[in-house]
Parts: sequence; structure tokens; C-alpha cells
Amino acid sequence: MALREQSTLRIVLYEGQGAEPLEPAGRFAVLRDLLENGYSVTCVQQKGHVSPHDRGSILVMGRFLNDGPADVQGAAGTEVRFHNLANHDLSSVTSIVDSRRTESAAVRQGEWKPWFPVIDYDRCTNCMQCLSFCLFGVYGVDSAQKIQVQNNDNCKTNCPACSRVCPEAAIMFPKYKAGPINGDVVSDADLNREKMKIDISALLGGDVYAMLRERSEKARSRFGKERDSDKALKERQKCLVKLAESGDIPPEVLMSLPSPDEIARRAEEAKAKAQAALAARDSQAPAAPAS
Amino acid sequence: MSQAPRILYCHCAYAQVVPKEIKDAVLRRLSEAGVAFEAVADLCEMSARQDRTLQRLAADESGDGLKIAACFPRAVKWLFSAAGAPLNGQTTEVLNMRVLSSDDIIRSLLSTSLQPNLPNDKGANSSPAGETGQKEGPENLNPATPA
Repeated sequence: MALREQSTLRIVLYEGQGAEPLEPAGRFAVLRDLLENGYSVTCVQQKGHVSPHDRGSILVMGRFLNDGPADVQGAAGTEVRFHNLANHDLSSVTSIVDSRRTESAAVRQGEWKPWFPVIDYDRCTNCMQCLSFCLFGVYGVDSAQKIQVQNNDNCKTNCPACSRVCPEAAIMFPKYKAGPINGDVVSDADLNREKMKIDISALLGGDVYAMLRERSEKARSRFGKERDSDKALKERQKCLVKLAESGDIPPEVLMSLPSPDEIARRAEEAKAKAQAALAARDSQAPAAPAS
Repeated sequence: MSQAPRILYCHCAYAQVVPKEIKDAVLRRLSEAGVAFEAVADLCEMSARQDRTLQRLAADESGDGLKIAACFPRAVKWLFSAAGAPLNGQTTEVLNMRVLSSDDIIRSLLSTSLQPNLPNDKGANSSPAGETGQKEGPENLNPATPA
């Protein structure tokens, strides 16, 4: 199921009226354990306020006085279930939530490292270089021919290569190690560095995939003579190290790329998509006033 | 503003980019403070799935404001936007756990004053995903009217 179609379970740790508060250390331990296991938690206290619920399943947990409220089946698919933590060992909370999640058919989170590009539209000029560059169909355009991230789960984990071809440093990967790709402020020096990277890429043979194709073909001819597959793998890895360094592309991403023919096909497809989007955008733009 | 700003804490659970000692210190002290707050496992993951929770968190109908302990303000702004949940630049303050100390972060989170710091828009309607999504049947989870 696509990420955007999955349903999740909202957990509420309730310590307001009608419930006894948890000890601070216990509250911290419960929260950290739930968060580490991919759950989001709303902590309701006597002080402060939280946002309202909209729809979907909620599990409200707390040390309720008496037996606590009964479960509620609300309108529009909203289901509110309660679990009384009175007399419970707090270390069992996450396993309770796990079983309630299973019952509600909500997805288990944390099975995919959320690595994908995030576009800063304050900087983006809609030049389509990212669309043209990406071989994995991560980018697309909306009905107004505006670039957008359409298939973020196609993105190759830890690969920031598209952000390095962006001339405006408009593509972020928030989990990247360094700025401005991680979302830090973009400086003039960053912009100059980005431009220089493109120049280097051009010097190396036009684009990174052309270079990759050439290297892969050389490596493939060598593999035919290799008997030791481990040795062949090492050789291939060695061939790709330079490429990985030039774009900070993880070697495992390069090693998992399809055949050179398939790479060529996808590169042509991506380029055609970008050209079509640019042509459509230009045809939609208002005509320039006559001089 | 009628109430203190809401608080949102991101645990950045699926990467090691926010120092663990900072995350834990902020979460521990929020837990000890006895205030209501929202804690999410990972804002990136929620943005990727366009989780409707982000619309709920971004909506600020009361104008009380929102303080977010997460990472770089530019990243947070566009993560919400990508999920169709643009943040209000006038009422949102982002505290960057990648660079600030836990003392500074907790002091700001628990302060009633708000210092909005999202990067400025260059123009109107810069969000690709449109306006804040519509909500259906809000249900109050706050202590005054228990769920």
C-alpha cells in the first residue's frame, strides 16, 4: 500500500480530569518507548492544550478513576478506544499499543527510513533539472506544470544527488548530515559550490549517468573473465567509488542500479518528461507584451 | 493570544541527525513540566505519508501559536507544506535541536512568549499542496472537557 494511503493510530496519554497523573519518570519512559517505536503521542495535562482530533482511530490511555470511559464509535469512521493503565506496569504500554494497533488495522510505522527530497518553493525556479536527473520517478509535475515530489518512497535512501544538481539549492533532505541540504540557511558560498559541482559533472562527460554507463560497461566486460564473484564485486565497487564521491551517492545505491540499457532508457524518459513539462509550462505562460 | 502556544516535539526517530542526549533531555524536561504537548515520532515520515495529523497540528484557529522542537526551520516549513499543511509563519516558532542546547530549547518551549522564525515567503501561494486541509468534526481532547 502506498505511504499516503496508510492509516495510523493516534495515541493519547490522558492525565486530565478524571485520571491520576503518571510520575514524571514513568511518563518520560513511556513516551520515549512509544516514540522509538514509531508512535505519535498526544500528552494531555491539566496545563496547556493540544490540537483537536479530526478523524481516524484514537487510543486514549491513562490511569482513569473508576473503570474509565467506554469505547466510542463516532461518525466518519472515528473510533475512540480507552485503556486504563491503573495497576499496569508502565513497561508494558508499548506492547498494549502494538496489539491495539493491530486490531485497528493501522500501519506499523518505522519500517521505512523517511528519506526523500523536500522542495523549498521559496527558492525553486521550476527549471526541471531534478526531474530530468532522477532515474527513479521521484519527481513529477502537477496540473500547472509545477515540479513536485510525487513518489517519495521511490527515493534511494541516503542519496542526495538531485539536491546537488539543483542550481538554487532548493532541494533539501532534512536527514542529511550537512547544510544547506539539511535545511540550513543557504549562503552565497553554497550557491557557488552547487554551480561548481555541475561544472565538474559536465567536465566528466556531460552527466553522471553517462559516466556510470561507461564504467558499468567496462566492469561488465571484466566480469565475464572473473571466476570469483566476490572479487568482481570489489572491482565494481572500486570503479564506482569516484562516482559516489563526486555526487555523494552511496555506493550501495550505485550498485543497485539496473542494467546500463535500462539506465539509458530511464534517463531518456526522465529527460523527455522534463522537456514536456517545460514546453507545457511555456505554452501556458502569458504572452510577453509587444515591444 | 488567549492561551500559551501549543508545543510539538519531534523525536526524529529514524535517523541519528539530532543528538540523542538533546532529544532525551528535551523530552524528559517536557515530561517533568506537567504541560500538555504533542510528541511525534518523526515529522519527515509523517510528511511523506501526508499524515492528516500535520493538518491538525498546523491549524491555528485560535491564534495561540505553535512551538516546534525539531530541526532547521526551513526544513520544517516545507515538510509541513509538502503534506498540504502549511504552517502560519506569523505564529510558528521552530527550535532547532540540531544546533541549540537543551536548556535553550526547553526555556523557549515553556515560555509564553512566541518568536516566529519561519523563513519568509517570497510570494503568495508558494505552497504546492494548497491550503490547510479541511477538518471534520473536531473533538476536544483537553482536560476541561475530557474525551
